[in-house]
Amino acid sequence: MKPYTLFLGCTIPVRAQNYEISTRKVASALGLEFIHIPNFTCCGYPISSLNEMTAEAMAARNLALAEKEGADICAICTACTGVLTEVGKKLAEDEKARAEINKRLKPVGLEYKGTVKVKHFARILHEEVGLKKIAKAVTRQLKGLRIAPHYGCHYLKPHEIYEGFDSPEDPRTIDDIIAATGAESVSYMNKTRCCGGALLAVDENLALKISKEKLDQLKALNVDAIGLVCPFCSVMYESNQKKIETTFETSYNLPVLYLPQILGLAMGMDAKDLGFNMNRVKANAALQKAGINA
Amino acid sequence: MAEPIKIDKEALSFRDEVLNTPGGEHLLRCFACGTCTASCPVREVDENYNPRRIIRMTLLGMRDEVLRSDFIWHCSTCYTCSERCPQGVHLTSIMRALKNIAVREGIIPEAYRMQAKSIRAMGKIYEIEDFDNKKRARLGLPELEKKCPDLEAIIAQGELKDLK
Repeated sequence: MKPYTLFLGCTIPVRAQNYEISTRKVASALGLEFIHIPNFTCCGYPISSLNEMTAEAMAARNLALAEKEGADICAICTACTGVLTEVGKKLAEDEKARAEINKRLKPVGLEYKGTVKVKHFARILHEEVGLKKIAKAVTRQLKGLRIAPHYGCHYLKPHEIYEGFDSPEDPRTIDDIIAATGAESVSYMNKTRCCGGALLAVDENLALKISKEKLDQLKALNVDAIGLVCPFCSVMYESNQKKIETTFETSYNLPVLYLPQILGLAMGMDAKDLGFNMNRVKANAALQKAGINA
Repeated sequence: MAEPIKIDKEALSFRDEVLNTPGGEHLLRCFACGTCTASCPVREVDENYNPRRIIRMTLLGMRDEVLRSDFIWHCSTCYTCSERCPQGVHLTSIMRALKNIAVREGIIPEAYRMQAKSIRAMGKIYEIEDFDNKKRARLGLPELEKKCPDLEAIIAQGELKDLK
């Protein structure tokens, strides 16, 4: 497999190191190598609401840094994946837009030629590593665990930028990977429902209400954990779980795990090496259910 | 009682303004079916939020009401409406275009202003401090650049140059 540059974005390096650690461990064990670029910045997503062209220039700068290394981008935040994929596609196809953006990159000594491909890590697992190789790497079946996948909007949508690798209405790639670990991937009504994360800074109560809906549903289904692939979805379902419990006088105590943490466990790695100690809602009961010491 | 809505030259100029802003190109395709509103996760928890209404108000030229509305900042950018729209209106992109126009008018929520400020100064929303790099080293994670001067250069030459 060709090496990828690993794009971390803003949230992961300081708030979701468990996601980064587990991603790196799992990738390395499956033969996927990452190139480190220390000066990747914000992808551009928060800026796109304010000014699209400025956000595109930011995304293009990141794409140009990867291009200089001659490698594609593996992103693990879904919003970063969305913005970088969308801008990358536009600049690859539209020469005029590329020339326009390159004018803005000139003062920082960069030029983007339009060659970089962007994929989310879960997509790379499904598409390039493949379920067969993943199943072979599983040495500890997570039998008995019931995990609800949460896809994250920008992992799937807008579908025009994602080449049909999964369905926005009835997705299955994350279900497939969870199933490959021996755990049960639990289907539920609002599987593709947004976490509300984009609204947290603008209207906290509104954002929490959106997250609450899914937590309510998963509580009723009595799942052991949520499995997800975006740090901001985790901010909503895990970091804010206590706040949702207090605000709306309810309780969940529902562990929120990153997909590579789940996969790493099934590949025989220790929970502490996958950053489980950094998960705020402790997953000990779920781990014990699968016969693993926390 | 509400006044009748006048669709005069000025009203139509708002349509053109949106149509000419990146993301707003497909505004005129809307036939007001309401699939967007029925699919919207924000609407699900707050009845005041209604994407179809925002599109209608835009088409009717209610510029001030639209640009000063909190609604445009309450889009979660989940793209569900865009995916399901039978007319290919690309609502999420229209919401983005409306927010971009509001910013040109100097309307910008404080949270976004703060984020933009951090990004301009450091390259990221959250600062990477020595503490973070030390912790990262302990965890076996590679060091990250603390500040990226490139973003100041990129933002300073663009439309957000005055946003500090």
